[in-house]
Amino acid sequence: MIKSNAGRYRVVGTRPVRPDGVDKVTGRAIYGSDVRQQQTLHGAVLRSPHAHATIKSIDASKALALDGVHAVITAADFPDDEGRIVPTLRGPLPLRWQLDRLMASSKALYRGQPVAALCATDRHVAEEALALIAVEYEVLPAVISGIDAEAPDAPILLDGGAADSIRGLFEPVDGRPSNIARRIEMSLGDIAAGFAEADLVIEREFETAAAHQGYIEPHNATAFWNHDGQLTVWTSTQGAFGVRSQLSEVLGIPVSRIRVIPTEIGGGFGGKLSIYLEPLAALLSRSAGRPVQMAMSRTEVFEASGPVGATRSRVKIGAKRDGTLVAAELHLAYEAGAYPGAPVAGGARCALTPYAIPNQHIEGYDVVVNKPKVAAYRAPGAAQGAFGVDSVIDEIARALEIDPIELRIQNAAGDGSQRSDGATHGVIGNLDVMQAVRESDHYRSELEGEHRGRGIAMGFWQNGGGESSAYATVNPDGTVSLTTGSVDIGGQRASLAMQFAETMAIPYEDVKSLVADTDSIGFTGNTGGSRTTFATGLAVYHAALDLQRQLESRAASIWETDDEWVSYDDDGVVRGPNGKHFSFKELAQRLPSTGGMLQGRANTVPNAVGGSVGPAFAAHIVDVEVDTETGKVEVLRYTAIQDVGTAIHPSYVEGQIQGGAVQGIGIALSEEFLYDADGRMTNASFLDYRMPTTVDVPMIDVMLVEVPNPGHPYGVRGVGEVPIVPPLAAISNAIHDAIGIRMRRLPASPTAILDELLPDEDQD
Amino acid sequence: MGGRIVNTRINGDARTLLIDDRESLLDVLRDQAALTGTKEGCNNGNCGACSVILDGRLVNACLVMAAEVEGAEVTTVEGLERGPQELHPLQQAFLEEAALQCGICTPGFLVAAKALLDEHPDPSEHEVRFWLAGNLCRCTGYDKIIRAVLSAAETMRGA
Repeated sequence: MIKSNAGRYRVVGTRPVRPDGVDKVTGRAIYGSDVRQQQTLHGAVLRSPHAHATIKSIDASKALALDGVHAVITAADFPDDEGRIVPTLRGPLPLRWQLDRLMASSKALYRGQPVAALCATDRHVAEEALALIAVEYEVLPAVISGIDAEAPDAPILLDGGAADSIRGLFEPVDGRPSNIARRIEMSLGDIAAGFAEADLVIEREFETAAAHQGYIEPHNATAFWNHDGQLTVWTSTQGAFGVRSQLSEVLGIPVSRIRVIPTEIGGGFGGKLSIYLEPLAALLSRSAGRPVQMAMSRTEVFEASGPVGATRSRVKIGAKRDGTLVAAELHLAYEAGAYPGAPVAGGARCALTPYAIPNQHIEGYDVVVNKPKVAAYRAPGAAQGAFGVDSVIDEIARALEIDPIELRIQNAAGDGSQRSDGATHGVIGNLDVMQAVRESDHYRSELEGEHRGRGIAMGFWQNGGGESSAYATVNPDGTVSLTTGSVDIGGQRASLAMQFAETMAIPYEDVKSLVADTDSIGFTGNTGGSRTTFATGLAVYHAALDLQRQLESRAASIWETDDEWVSYDDDGVVRGPNGKHFSFKELAQRLPSTGGMLQGRANTVPNAVGGSVGPAFAAHIVDVEVDTETGKVEVLRYTAIQDVGTAIHPSYVEGQIQGGAVQGIGIALSEEFLYDADGRMTNASFLDYRMPTTVDVPMIDVMLVEVPNPGHPYGVRGVGEVPIVPPLAAISNAIHDAIGIRMRRLPASPTAILDELLPDEDQD
Repeated sequence: MGGRIVNTRINGDARTLLIDDRESLLDVLRDQAALTGTKEGCNNGNCGACSVILDGRLVNACLVMAAEVEGAEVTTVEGLERGPQELHPLQQAFLEEAALQCGICTPGFLVAAKALLDEHPDPSEHEVRFWLAGNLCRCTGYDKIIRAVLSAAETMRGA
């Protein structure tokens, strides 16, 4: 039986229409580029045409002289970094590099890096003016791959003093400066003894190409630096508070002078956590004295925002003849782009986690190259790490003639198993997910036909917690305005309102769910890390409990009794002595005349259990057919199985899983950044960077497994990230099942498949 | 560059727009006509976020020069509603089937799907997928979008 919480709750588990739905199907929802302010100027960015170059001089005088141009800025307009170190998603880094990423000061480290920006009366004037800025470069040799970057004679991207104050950053290799920013290491047990026990050891190397999050809405920002020094920024971001703190760091002004108003957001997947245009629009607005709006073109999004970088891995796993996995060694090298921050730790922590392997050794390398700095992308790093591991496990299963799901079940990590990072699992649904594969119609069905094959793979992601705030204001008509700071990227207004309605035992329709700006709600972390429904849901739950206590107190005063004799019961009725009672609505209507309206409030940080707050596991099953003439891989059938803890709104949970799976299919089959030798991306458009379309994928069947997370009142686990993890290995394993070829470099594009099928033929 | 006056009909309303010759239909819809429901995702005809219906044909507004719409009829997402307080069945189906997550591609999908159902009221799943292949969605994996379009088609045939 597949575990389910269906029918356990009144509101949780139902599928109501989302509160922001009508505005989003009628075109009325305001996204970042839809913001309209009076007298707005249009900003544009001059970007480095070179992947690696010293900037000798910048002359913007002709651009400034053009009619309609109001301001030009360069790196000199940012405040001095004063040698400061700032926190980032992947550890502390010199502020100097953060500033240089936003606008290069002395050296451009990737094609597309901003060099200057200006604002003008309209976008056409702005584009004309960009062409009038004269920049003198001295072009340097570019480092385009991680392998080149690690070569002993490689040009060094980041040298000098900036890194010296941070321990472990760019440590010399063999006494020489290097492009390896950081090295991480994890160990369990005794790796040598583990391999000594093994009857079978398989060691393979894998590669994945850089891939973009591919959100349809380009980055944008609208900023107004007012005459009183107050800066207001409207932007499509996954986290308004994150934008505020980053702006404070790079602009050198306190957060109290910055108000960030998050607009609706057109996709992010991790790519809209970092600031790009916001500080440029802010500085231009300060210079021009008027609001400035900017948006990237699609080419700018590809060349100048952050994808997941290319990765290389070496995976060695040892098994006993009976299928017991005894040792695993991983070597992961991830490209960071021009500044440190590759998500190699995500790969290292997650790749082996579905399996209880007692002896492990994992090394990870964060390698800088002359490409845009990478950003988070859905379970950052985990998909690329799991690709190699679940491919080798598939090979082991075949070599030992054990069904691939049975081998996984035999070695499944369970409650209390030790993870690669040393933490111990709490309550997890890993084995439940594996067993659901075995029970699924898909896995039990026969797959027939030539060049068809089936693959499975697992995925794990730890999921995020962090701080969230919620305010629940009672209205005198008996409804509630529920305000949070969590940007709604895919139905969170609904999932939060549902948890509030469940806790208060009031109808979902009576909760108006709103997203506030940084001056209107308490601190709230990013909509990212699969945290929002979980962590902001927890804040909403505690705001409801806070409101219940206040309502009890008010009822007690109305009934002239003590609070302790009054209770807010789980049917939404406030009961007191002698059968006295109010429904929520009745009491709400009495509030104005009995002391005023009430507001429940909470600011919460979830506790981590077993090393993470809501760990989630997924298994994907895929059937493919390979056209051996063209090399094209068609996905025939796809099933995604995932432990979601409890699905608050099952439709949006399924949607997250379906979307993540299809992004993974894209990484597996068609998506890659292509570069020429000079570091120019040669496919920087949606025509040539091939994301799956409607005709490239089948329906994505979803099976929800619900093993409640003990760290959340309704058992929620993070959902959004883990579904991107299994597709890479699942598809590669299916291709092997279909045509007997292991695709160890992804994407398995038609060209790559033909390279394997026709290794000696000229394919021109 | 010069400007010119363009007389057009947008969502049923006669409009006289002063345009810059360099502007696309997408630019003037969003900036002159204040219809920001039509989105820019790529500005080169590859994502479909700016899908509009121009004289009965589904087009990407980013690939049409504004000057070309003289005398034409344009339907944008803002023109889909059946009447005051009445959504188009496609809009209703997208809500009920949870066929949007971030919602940025949704206007384009709705307009493209309307163009499909105007011509083919009873499409197969394959036809829906083929017709919508010019519209990229990055959130949903398309599953719920396809189901919503099929569901709306059924509703409309029954109406």
